[in-house]
Amino acid sequence: MMQIECPYCGLRDEIEFSFGGEAYLTRPDLSVDDVEWTQYLYFRHNLKGLHAERWRHTHGCGQWFNAVRDTATHQFVKSGETADQPPQRRIGEIA
Amino acid sequence: MSGAFRLDWGGAINRSRPLNFSFDGRTMSGFEGDTLASALLACGVSTVGRSFKFHRPRGILTAGPEEPNALVTVGEGARREPNVRATTQPLFAGLVAHSQNCWPTLDFDAGRINDWLHPLLPAGFYNKMFKWPSWHAFEPAIRRMAGLGRVPEGPDPDRYECRNAHCDVVVVGAGAAGLRAAEIAAQAGARVILIESSQSCGGRRNWDRASEGAPSPAVPPTVRLLLRTTAVGVYDHGLLAAVERPPSPCQWRERWWRIRARQIILACGAFEQPLVFPDNDRPGILLADAARQYLNRYAVAVGTRVVIATNNDSAYVLARDLQDVGIEIPCVLETRSHAPEDEAARCQASGIEVVTGSRIVRTTGSPHVASVLFRADGQSTRRIACDALAMSGGWSPVSHLYCQAGGKLRFDPAQSCLAPDGALSNVHAIGAAAGQFDADTVLEDVGITLANVLVGIGRSPRRATPERHKRRNTSRLAPGAPGCEEVDRPTRAWVDFQHDVTVADIELAVRESMISVEHLKRYTTVGMAIDQGKTSNLNALAILAARTGRSIPEVGTTTFRPMFVPVTLGAIAGGRNGRFYSPTRRLPAHVQHERLGAHFEDYSGWQRPACYPRAGESLQEAIVREMQAVRSAVGIYDASPLGKVMVRGPDAAIFLDRLYATSILDLREGCVRYALLLNEQGVIMDDGIVARLAPDEFFINTTSAGAVRSIAWLDEWLQCEWPQLRLALTDCTSAWATITIAGPHARALLREMPTNIDLGAASLPHMRIRTGQICGIPCRLLRVSFSGELSYEVSVPADFGASLWEALMRAGQRHGITPFGVESLNALRTEKGYLHVGADTDGSTIPDDVGFGLALSRKVGDFVGRRSLSLPENVRGDRLQLIGLRCLGDPSAFRPGAHLLDHLPPEPQSVTGHAGPAVIPTLGRPLWESGLRKRSVRVTSGYLTSAVFSPASGCHIGLGRLRSGRSRLGETIAVYDGGRYCQAKVVDPVHYDPEGRRLRG
Repeated sequence: MMQIECPYCGLRDEIEFSFGGEAYLTRPDLSVDDVEWTQYLYFRHNLKGLHAERWRHTHGCGQWFNAVRDTATHQFVKSGETADQPPQRRIGEIA
Repeated sequence: MSGAFRLDWGGAINRSRPLNFSFDGRTMSGFEGDTLASALLACGVSTVGRSFKFHRPRGILTAGPEEPNALVTVGEGARREPNVRATTQPLFAGLVAHSQNCWPTLDFDAGRINDWLHPLLPAGFYNKMFKWPSWHAFEPAIRRMAGLGRVPEGPDPDRYECRNAHCDVVVVGAGAAGLRAAEIAAQAGARVILIESSQSCGGRRNWDRASEGAPSPAVPPTVRLLLRTTAVGVYDHGLLAAVERPPSPCQWRERWWRIRARQIILACGAFEQPLVFPDNDRPGILLADAARQYLNRYAVAVGTRVVIATNNDSAYVLARDLQDVGIEIPCVLETRSHAPEDEAARCQASGIEVVTGSRIVRTTGSPHVASVLFRADGQSTRRIACDALAMSGGWSPVSHLYCQAGGKLRFDPAQSCLAPDGALSNVHAIGAAAGQFDADTVLEDVGITLANVLVGIGRSPRRATPERHKRRNTSRLAPGAPGCEEVDRPTRAWVDFQHDVTVADIELAVRESMISVEHLKRYTTVGMAIDQGKTSNLNALAILAARTGRSIPEVGTTTFRPMFVPVTLGAIAGGRNGRFYSPTRRLPAHVQHERLGAHFEDYSGWQRPACYPRAGESLQEAIVREMQAVRSAVGIYDASPLGKVMVRGPDAAIFLDRLYATSILDLREGCVRYALLLNEQGVIMDDGIVARLAPDEFFINTTSAGAVRSIAWLDEWLQCEWPQLRLALTDCTSAWATITIAGPHARALLREMPTNIDLGAASLPHMRIRTGQICGIPCRLLRVSFSGELSYEVSVPADFGASLWEALMRAGQRHGITPFGVESLNALRTEKGYLHVGADTDGSTIPDDVGFGLALSRKVGDFVGRRSLSLPENVRGDRLQLIGLRCLGDPSAFRPGAHLLDHLPPEPQSVTGHAGPAVIPTLGRPLWESGLRKRSVRVTSGYLTSAVFSPASGCHIGLGRLRSGRSRLGETIAVYDGGRYCQAKVVDPVHYDPEGRRLRG
C-alpha cells in the first residue's frame, strides 16, 4: 500500500484516499463534434512513467489535490511546477 | 512409540519436557523445542504424505519452510489447518496431525494407481484428455481429486490480531548477517525490528558443531525481536507484511504485522537444492543440510547408514558430524570430477570412500530408501545399501522478497546461483540472501551495506567495533552447478516434488515449443505449488536452459509475488470479521423497531426493518398487509438513512442548476422538485429531491444508497471545477432523523401533533417544504411521496428521532397506524412506477430511457451530462426503455434480473442431460454456437428490473427495460429466468392511480 502526501495532512496511507483519474484534463468547447467529445469522455493517457493525476483525501480532510506518480515504481514526484498548481481539472465553464 | 532415532544427548531440545502428540491416530512423543518433522523422524516415521499427482509415498525432504513433501493437516474440526509444513510446525502438547491426499490410509493409498498409469499422465495431460463426451462430465470427479488438504468446515472460532509498526530499519532473518546488521543499526541509534521465522536466533549457528560453546551473539536490547514471525511480502513504500505464530495455542492464533520501514534489510539466507536423478523422491532421501540440522539441533539421526551425494563442498561437514555420533557413512558420491582436497583427505582418513564423477542411476526401497545404484566414470554400476540418502545440489539465495520489491536477479556463474542484482533505494540483501556464501567476508560486506543504509536514513554508523564473534565457521554454503545432464529415466527423476513434475515433463514442454520460462511454468506447473518452487525453480531453469541450448540468464525467471509462504485468510482479516467486518449503522428509532418485531436486513450498511411481521405471519404476508394498510389507512416508516445535504450561499442556485439535469434556477421558495443527477456520460447517477428554503438555501435529499457518492460528486465539482462559486456544502445525512407518514389518514394524524405548521391541503400542497416545530422540536416537513399516497416526511434532529416515532405511533393508534418497512415501500413505489436508481437503471441508462427526456430538453442552460445526451448511441430509437409488466402466468420466473424475450422458444432442448437451459439470452448479436450440439443463442430484448406482488392488482407486477418499450405497450412478451418461462403483458409503468389523485389529496 502506497503512502501519499496530502498537502494538508501530510504523509498518509493510500487507503485513506480515492483516486481521481488523470489531472489537467481540458473540457472541450461544447461545439466540438461527437468524436472529439467522446475522446474527452473516455480516452485517457496510459503511461508507463510519470503520470499526473488527482487524488482526494476522502477519509481525512476531504480535499482534492494533484500529484505526479511514476506508474512503474509508484514513486511520487514533487516538481515545483505541479506542486504549485491549484487543485483544478482546468475545465472550461459549463454555462 | 519412543524416539528410536533420537540421540541421548545434544541438540537444543529440552529433554525434561516431553510432549505427546498424535499422527494419523498413533500417539507418539517428542520434546519441547522439536518441530513436528523432527519428532516424527525421531520416532522413525518415514512416510508422511502422498504426492499430488502420482500419490507416491513421500518423506521429509528439508528442515524449513521450503518443504514440499511433508504437508500435514493439524488440528480438528473448525480449527483444522490443512497443508501445514511439518518442518516449521513447532511441537506442542496434544498436537493432532493427519496425513493428506491418501485414501483409505497413508500406507495403502488407492491413488497409487496413478503412479502405475504415469506414462498416460505427463505434464498437461488434462489439456489433451476429457474431450468426449464433454468436459463437464469429468469436472466434478477431477475437482474432488485435486488439491492436497481439505479446508475446515464451520466458522473459525479463533482470534487473530493485527499490529502496525513503524521503524527505521527492519531486518528479515536473525542469522549471522542479520544479527550483525541489527547490531550495527541499533548502535547507530536507529529504531530496529528484527524478524526471525524460526524459534530462536542464530540461523545456521544453531546446527553448527564448531560453534557450540562459543557465546551466541546477543540481540541488542533496543532491537525489537519478533520470533516465529515469517515475512511474507514487501509492498510499496517500505511496507513489509509478516505473520507471527505463538509457540503453542493461546488466545490468538496468528498475528499479522504491517511494518512500515524506511529501510528493509533482507538476510533470509539460502535454500539448499536437491539433486535430480531417477527415484530421488523416496522417503529417506533428504537434503544434506537438513540432515545436519536434524542431527545437531534436534538430536535426531536420519538413519544408521547414510550415503551422501553432493555436487558442492558444503555437504562434507555432514559426514564428519554423522561419524562423530557413530553413524556409518558408506561413501560420498561426488558428481564433480574432483573432490576438494582437504575434504577428500579427511574422508580418506576416516574411512569414507569418495566416488568422484558419479551419477546416481536409481534408488530402491518400498517405500523407504534401501539402496543407491550409481555409476562412476568408466566403471560399472555399483549398489550400496543404505537407509538414508543425504543430497546437496547447491544453494539458491532466498530472493523472493527482494524481487517482490522490484529487484532483479542475475546469474552468478561462479556461485551457480541467481542472486540479487543491483541496489534498490530502500531494500538491500545481505549474506547468503545476496549470494555471498563465504562466511568470512559476509560480515565485512554487511558493515558496508549498513553504512550506506544508515546514511540514507540520516544516521551515522559507529566506528567499526572489533569483531567479537569471529569464529571458525566450518559450515559454509558452497556453490553447486544445478544438475542439467541427461538422466536415464527422465520420467522418474523429480524436479518439483510437490507438483510431481519430472525431467520428462520439462523435456516434453520443450518438444511442444513451450520454451519460454513463463510457458514452462504454466504448462508443467513446475514451481506453482504451495512451496512456489523453493526447491525446484533453479533445477527447472537449468534443465530448460540445457535442453534449449541457452544459458540460465537467457532463460530468465518468472515473477515472485506475495505471499512467501501460504497465509491464512484469518491472519489477513485480523479480527475484522463478523460484526467487525464493516461498521453497521443503526436508525435513531432502532429500539422502537425492535420492540415492534421488525425483521432487519442490511441496506447499504444500515440495519433497517424490511417489514414488521406479526406472530404467525410470513414475510410476504407482512409486506402485503403493510401495503394495504398504507393504501387504506396510514403507515409510518423510518427514512433516516436518506442522504441530506444543505447547500447555502449566493451561488447555490447556479451551482445546483449546473449539476442537476432538472431546472433549479426557477425553483421557488418553499417548493420541492424531483431532480436527476447525471454523470458526464449522461448516465443517471442518482435521483432525489431539491427543496428551496430561501433564495440562497437549498435542502437536497439523495437516495440512501447513493448518499455518500452523490455528496462526494457535488463536492468534487465545487472544489475542482468552480471553486470561485460562493457556496458551502454540508453533509447532514446522519444529523437529521426522517419519519415518513403515508396514507389517506396522514394529514389527520399529523393534525393531532402539536405543530405550528399549517397542514391544510391548500396551504401545504404536494411537493412543498415547510420549517417549523413539531412537539416542540425544530423540524422540516416535506410533502413528498414515494408510496403514491398522501405522504409527509418529517425531519427532526437525530437525537429526537426515537421519541418522535413513539409520539406519532401513540397518536396514530386511533387512525390505524401501521409501521411499514423497506420491502413494503419498495412494493408500493413499484406499483407507482417510481424509479429505483441502481435497480431500474444501470450504467447506461439516460433520462430519456426512463421517460424524462422531454422534461430535460426544455431546460435552458447547460448541465453536467447534457452534451453526451446527443451522442449517436443516446439518440437511437431502439434503446431499452422503462415499461411496466403484468405477469400472466407462473410468477416463479418473474424475478428481478429476468430476461425479456420477444417470443417463447419452441420447446426447450436439454443439452447435457442434466438440468440446464438450452437458451442463453444475450443482449448483443449471437456470436457463436457452442458445444458439440448446437445451442441456440437468442437475443434478449431487455430485463425485468423490479418485481413484486401487488395486492391492488391481484397479481405480480413489475418494471423493466424493453427495447423500444414505449411503442410496444399492450404486447405480450416472454420472461425467462433460470430455465423457467412465463408470459407478461407490457403496460404503462404506473400500475396504480395513474392520474395521481391520491398523491394530491
